[in-house]
Formats: sequence, structure tokens, C-alpha cells
Amino acid sequence: MTLDARTFSVTRADLVRYAAASGDHNPIHQDDDVARSVGLPGVIAHGMYTMALAARAVTEWFPGAEVVSLGCKFTNPVVVPADGGVDVEVAGEAKEPDEDGLTTVVLTVTCEGQKVLGMPKAVLRVP
Amino acid sequence: MPVDQSLVGRTFPPTRPYEVTEDRLRDFAAAVGASYDGAAPPTFPIVLAFEAMNAFLEAESVDLFRIVHGEQKFAYERPIVAGDVLTATLTVASLRQIAGNDIIGTTSEVTDASGARVCSTSATLVHRGADA
Repeated sequence: MTLDARTFSVTRADLVRYAAASGDHNPIHQDDDVARSVGLPGVIAHGMYTMALAARAVTEWFPGAEVVSLGCKFTNPVVVPADGGVDVEVAGEAKEPDEDGLTTVVLTVTCEGQKVLGMPKAVLRVP
Repeated sequence: MPVDQSLVGRTFPPTRPYEVTEDRLRDFAAAVGASYDGAAPPTFPIVLAFEAMNAFLEAESVDLFRIVHGEQKFAYERPIVAGDVLTATLTVASLRQIAGNDIIGTTSEVTDASGARVCSTSATLVHRGADA
């Protein structure tokens, strides 16, 4: 079953708020100069912020479901410009429940047409 | 400077107990744009795992700004709710060097006040070398 893709906009203000809520104050998510000093194109979103958006799409698609596992690789950075922001799109495909009643949702998470997460996947127990 | 190979298999002390409050869950949910329905958002355990990672990086004198997240997995035993008092215990699972970067595999077990496992997390951290 193909799920309705969600689009989330990401701004630098979102990253500041996420840093405060998560405790992840890595300056590569706030400061262009620091990000460039380690070879990044500029400030990037926390990988965990992008993963949280993917999880948010899953919990919106399946309200009340219990998440059994969640995982992904961070394959490409989400570069967040100082002005405006950038869109992250989360698409998903739900498999048929397996013999244990678990539903696997295979995700595709892109930014400006490029996949940013590798093999993002959630396994759910849907009531 | 590469990370010390002898770290593989080492388990670091548990993080100090972290009390999950409704305010903290609401803040985290709001920060990722999610609605709060009583249970923690699925990526919330990263708060614990991140604290364990920070303690590990400090112990090994690794700069946080040189760390990029490579991979993250969560396996949940039960939802996290307000009132939980959690700690995370990090173990270095693997370490390899690729193109001047250290690829550090870690696991962090998140347990509650009774010692029961709430969530198992694993993370791959890429430590970008100074000349990478």
C-alpha cells in the first residue's frame, strides 16, 4: 500500500529548537564556518531531525500503532540555507503484515530530489 | 588523530538517571512538529543515547564537531512515558578507518529504574579526520 507522501519544511530556527529539545548542540547544525571546516557544504540538519520527520510521517499514517523498530543510514546531508529553508519529502510503502502481525513500512526520504536517508524503515504493530 | 583501536568492546559507565517528564516529551514532540499523545516520539531515546555518546567522546577527547552520524537504529521493548527514569549504557562495537575517517560503531542500551531494557539503540559515528 502506497502512503500519502508528506512534505516538511526545515529551517535553521527548527534546528535551533531541535538542538535545545534533544541536547545535540553540535555546531555543524548552527554555524556555516564550523560545518565547512569539516568538509560540509554549510549548515546541515541533524540526521536525527530528518529521521524524526520520517518517524512523524509514520506515526501520522498509523496513529496508535506501536513502533517496534526504526532505522536508517544518513547517506546525504540535508543542507539548510540561512534564508527560508528546504523541503524534506517522506514517502512510504506499507507491506502486508507478517506472520507475527508486524507491518514493515519502507520509506523514501528525499531533499531536492536526492535521497538523504539510506534504507529508512519502520516496523509497526498496528492495532 | 585516529581513535584508539583498543576501545572495541569497551562499555562506558551508564549516564546519570534522566527523569522523563511530560514537559520534556512535549518539547521534543513540538521540536519535530509531532503531536504529543502520551507516548514519546519514536526518536526520543536519542536524548539518552546522545548523552552517552557525548560522555564517550569527552572521555576519548574527540571533538563533537568532527562527528557526523552515519547510521541509527532503534529496537523498542515498550513506549517511553512520563515518569520513566532512564539511563543509557554505551558499548563500542566496532572501529575501522576509511579514507582518514574513523567509523565508530556503538550500541547504547536504554534501561528504566528497575533495570529493564526499554530500547536498544545502535549508532554509527563518522569521525572526520583533520585532513579528511
